[in-house]
Amino acid sequence: MTGAEPVQTVLRLSNITKRFGSLTANDAVSFHLDRGEVVALLGENGAGKTTLMNILFGQYTADEGEVELFGQTLPPGNPRAALDAGVGMVHQHFTLAGNLTVWENIVLGAQPLAAMSLRPGEVKARIRDLSARFHLKVDPDARVGRLTVGERQRVEILKALYRDARILILDEPTAVLTPQETDALFSTLREAIGMGLSIIFISHKLHEVMAISDRVLVLRHGKLVAERPTAETNREELAALMVGAEVTMPEITPSTPGAPRLSLRAVSTEGEGDKPGLDAVTMDLCAGQITGLAGVSGNGQAALSDLLSGLRAPISGDMTVAGEPISGWTPRTAIGHGIARIPEDRHHTGTIADFTLAENAILETYGSDFSRRGWMDWARVRSHAEELIATYDIRCPGPDVRIRLLSGGNMQKLILGRVLEWGPEIILANQPVRGLDIGAVNYVHGRLAEARDAGAAVLLISEDLDEIMRLSDVIHVISEGRLSPPFARGTMKPEDLGAWMAGHGFEEAAHAS
Amino acid sequence: MRLEPIANPTLARRTLPPVLALAMTFAVAALLAMIAGGNPAAVFGEILKGAFGSKFAVLETLNRATPLIFTGLAVAVAFRAKLWNIGAEAQLYAGAVVTAVLGTGALGWPSPVLLPVIAVAAMLAGAFVLFVPAVLKTRFGVDEVVTTLLFNFIFLLFVSYLLEGPLKDPMGMGWPKSARLIPEARLPRIVEGLRLHWGFALALISAVAIWIVDARTTLGFEMRAVGQNAEAARFAGIPVTRVILKTALLSGGLAALAGYSEVAGLKGSLTLDLSPGYGYTGIVVAMLALLHPLGVVVAALFVAAIFVGADSMSRAVGVPTYLADIMLATALLLMVLAILLTKFRVRRD
Repeated sequence: MTGAEPVQTVLRLSNITKRFGSLTANDAVSFHLDRGEVVALLGENGAGKTTLMNILFGQYTADEGEVELFGQTLPPGNPRAALDAGVGMVHQHFTLAGNLTVWENIVLGAQPLAAMSLRPGEVKARIRDLSARFHLKVDPDARVGRLTVGERQRVEILKALYRDARILILDEPTAVLTPQETDALFSTLREAIGMGLSIIFISHKLHEVMAISDRVLVLRHGKLVAERPTAETNREELAALMVGAEVTMPEITPSTPGAPRLSLRAVSTEGEGDKPGLDAVTMDLCAGQITGLAGVSGNGQAALSDLLSGLRAPISGDMTVAGEPISGWTPRTAIGHGIARIPEDRHHTGTIADFTLAENAILETYGSDFSRRGWMDWARVRSHAEELIATYDIRCPGPDVRIRLLSGGNMQKLILGRVLEWGPEIILANQPVRGLDIGAVNYVHGRLAEARDAGAAVLLISEDLDEIMRLSDVIHVISEGRLSPPFARGTMKPEDLGAWMAGHGFEEAAHAS
Repeated sequence: MRLEPIANPTLARRTLPPVLALAMTFAVAALLAMIAGGNPAAVFGEILKGAFGSKFAVLETLNRATPLIFTGLAVAVAFRAKLWNIGAEAQLYAGAVVTAVLGTGALGWPSPVLLPVIAVAAMLAGAFVLFVPAVLKTRFGVDEVVTTLLFNFIFLLFVSYLLEGPLKDPMGMGWPKSARLIPEARLPRIVEGLRLHWGFALALISAVAIWIVDARTTLGFEMRAVGQNAEAARFAGIPVTRVILKTALLSGGLAALAGYSEVAGLKGSLTLDLSPGYGYTGIVVAMLALLHPLGVVVAALFVAAIFVGADSMSRAVGVPTYLADIMLATALLLMVLAILLTKFRVRRD
């Protein structure tokens, strides 16, 4: 390596091919990363982005091709090689120990925690120095379990920087961040580039890719289908390249709401751990209307979702469904009251990973529709699954596939089909498109809008303000378990909602009422 | 070294490790047999002969397998629903006690009535013994591994008290055993003249019944759902607590049938050495069977054959019968490892 060269290639992947059985996850993929450059890796779920990064990190061994880091060929199948050579990865799902402090998490794995040579003072000083240089504000002595999602991500990045990473790989880093946190992340990344780091930014959010990257690589079905300097492309072109066809967002037209289907009057619930419960929440979910719930993560969204799911009952206040007060509130009675529930965590709450697609499709209805006197009707289960696969365009080998082998988008389509096919009156959609690609996002939004037009009352919970503002007929903001008054479509600007999200306005609203 | 999950294991990947585990078990046993001064071929030959070499040997193996099928099923049913029942031993004795109480003259009914009544009563007793820890688990989060395991010792001492006191056979010349069952309470032999009682048939029927419940009924579906992901099951409206309690009743009842079948079928009275740890061996059987109800039958026959065979092998070639215990322990450890290898691939760093 000679630093005198104007452009230095720090990473080069040549002809990487990886097959899993009959599936080719990566098909002769080649690209390079230069010093001080941000390359965006763009692609739908299942396009092969994660597999590629797993090969770089030695988690998988490529069938063909090789990886070259700082001019050295990387031994295949060795996870330490890339780490030791200075590549740091920030995973979509954080890999932090919640019961340890920030500095302990950062040195964890880098050096033995109990070692005599470990001087916490020096470690913390170094962490403080890195935080200051990269604008990653975090207290080294804070316990990670108490941190917000945004702060945890900063810890992950610090962890990589602490190990002298010269290449940072970020896998869907903004999926869990608020708009403000995303902006902060981007300024950190720009700082890092300025100091000579190189970044691979994996995403399917086009506006972010356009905002942060120098060069965009588009993966589709395992193949590198396009490479564009960011300055010479636009969102439309990238979207089309990513899905292989023109993309149109579903048109959401304003609706005329009907009668309230579900009403809360000063309902409070218990919190769980550090998550707040609901604090005297009053709201109506009306037929033919999408109600959006905006808010910073961890402000009571889970409590409201649990309440509507039947997992939690009110401790005070009145909850009525179709005008009738609820009693003996459980998931089963919630389903019985016609509430379709799309849970936040589709992997652990929404589906059973090792159950087949057909079995997952009947989790809620096996007792009533797919059995007689305690005997399962497997023939009907199967034909029902085949119908869902066709109606909801679930891409899969068949009804007997284990659900964990499906992509997030296809898993979500199954959940959607499971709850929508019996024409629900109330729909709870908690983060329904988190982590999904554009195609799947548009599909889910389109289906929700369709259900609304058919007369369902929809509650959309999301941390993505764009999504809330685009879909909702009426918006509530939640903060520390308190709910704002309803705002009709188009009456609020993002900054106004942002103020409510930060907790302003609730006192005044309480006095006014 | 590191484990990498396999997304979609092939048939070979799912079957080869368990087969290799068994092969390695025999290799370890061969080595130990040599160290003990035996010729491995002769040792295995004698074990095989002892287990299957004659009509008597086969019947002995089937008799020994009978309680193991029941306890193996009990453990498999519970483990599949992630209810860690380590207390099959106590549940077995609960069934045995009820059989001894009701079968020694308390009920003077004819066989066709008395036998099913005692069987059901025994099952209820075993079910109750596991029901209590299951309630403690679901209501208060008490770890059932601890409660079921420790209850084994408590219950065995209780049986000891019964056999020294209320249930002591007055004609037993001071031995701690119960009175003999009346003839109407004895499980008859399947074929006259062959020393194999209906308990074995009942065990086979139970295995098939559990298999059907598992694959064909809503209860089976619920038990699998709760076992694999209780959170998703609860969210979907499956009554998780009730399913765990039902599983406990079923599992405890199955283990109790082992005690029933030993007392009413084989021994004819209750003694403190009724079970040489069948409840614990049931865990090995269930694990070897990969928790499959029909696999339990095969695994129980395998385990029984090793024990029965080892007895006669020891007499013939002088290698201690402890070889059987070691083979079982080795098989269990290797099988647990093999199960891991069916789902994960080992990578060297």
